[in-house]
Amino acid sequence: MDIFVDYIWVFLIGGLVCMFGEVLIITTNITSARILVTFEMIGLVLEAIGVYDYISDFAKAGVNVPIIGFGASLAKGAIGAVETHGFLGIFTGGLTATAGGIAAAIGFAFLFALIFKSHTKK
Amino acid sequence: MEDKKRNEAYNQYVSAKIPKTHAWPALFNSFWVGGLICVIGQGINDLLLLAFPMLSQQSAWALTLIALIFIASFLTGIGVYDQIGKFAGGGSIVPITGFSNSIASPSIEFKSEGIVYGICVKMFTIAGPVIVFGVASSMVVGLIYWIISLF
Repeated sequence: MDIFVDYIWVFLIGGLVCMFGEVLIITTNITSARILVTFEMIGLVLEAIGVYDYISDFAKAGVNVPIIGFGASLAKGAIGAVETHGFLGIFTGGLTATAGGIAAAIGFAFLFALIFKSHTKK
Repeated sequence: MEDKKRNEAYNQYVSAKIPKTHAWPALFNSFWVGGLICVIGQGINDLLLLAFPMLSQQSAWALTLIALIFIASFLTGIGVYDQIGKFAGGGSIVPITGFSNSIASPSIEFKSEGIVYGICVKMFTIAGPVIVFGVASSMVVGLIYWIISLF
């Protein structure tokens, strides 16, 4: 039963985050690149001021799956790497923490671009 | 002067022709599609932790995101994700699947311009800003923490 309640919260919080994105699209007509950057920066700031972990403990995938989580791991990686490697961490931290996601996105996109043809847009 | 009048008439014509998004259905669709994508992510994460109990929380999330990115790239390849995007708007852009789609979609679309100048260059038209802003601000955060750690 507990896990069912968890999933309800994930659905509600994830849905609200995405709906907030749609509100931004309707009211300001911003492009998807700006939406992605905006939410990424929200996550990065939340992690940098130390609030994100409390939210993600409760909301789980509701904030980790939206690109907020991507921004948060950039900040978390930078902070963690500065703590262990010092000055070098400023440069290595962010990309190290997000390497999996970026590599997967680039690699799979390249693979499927080689396999599939473009679909004519209606 | 005449140019100005003509531009105004053209702008009116354009705004009359732009398909209007009806706000409430769009909000509702983005809500439940976005929520559903997050629930799928949570499901993958829970299954991974169930199948491989020795995974750390962090690695499990990384693998979950990689799985979602794989699914989204594939759906973009077969042309399904763009349909979802038309239907759900923000619900398909804000999750990490939207980031994956923003890389896969232009690289497939511009395949005809060649592998280097088509796929590899156009791949970053939307994802470029996301990565640049992300890396630059993560360096700022790291720098601030490094300065704080000096004292």
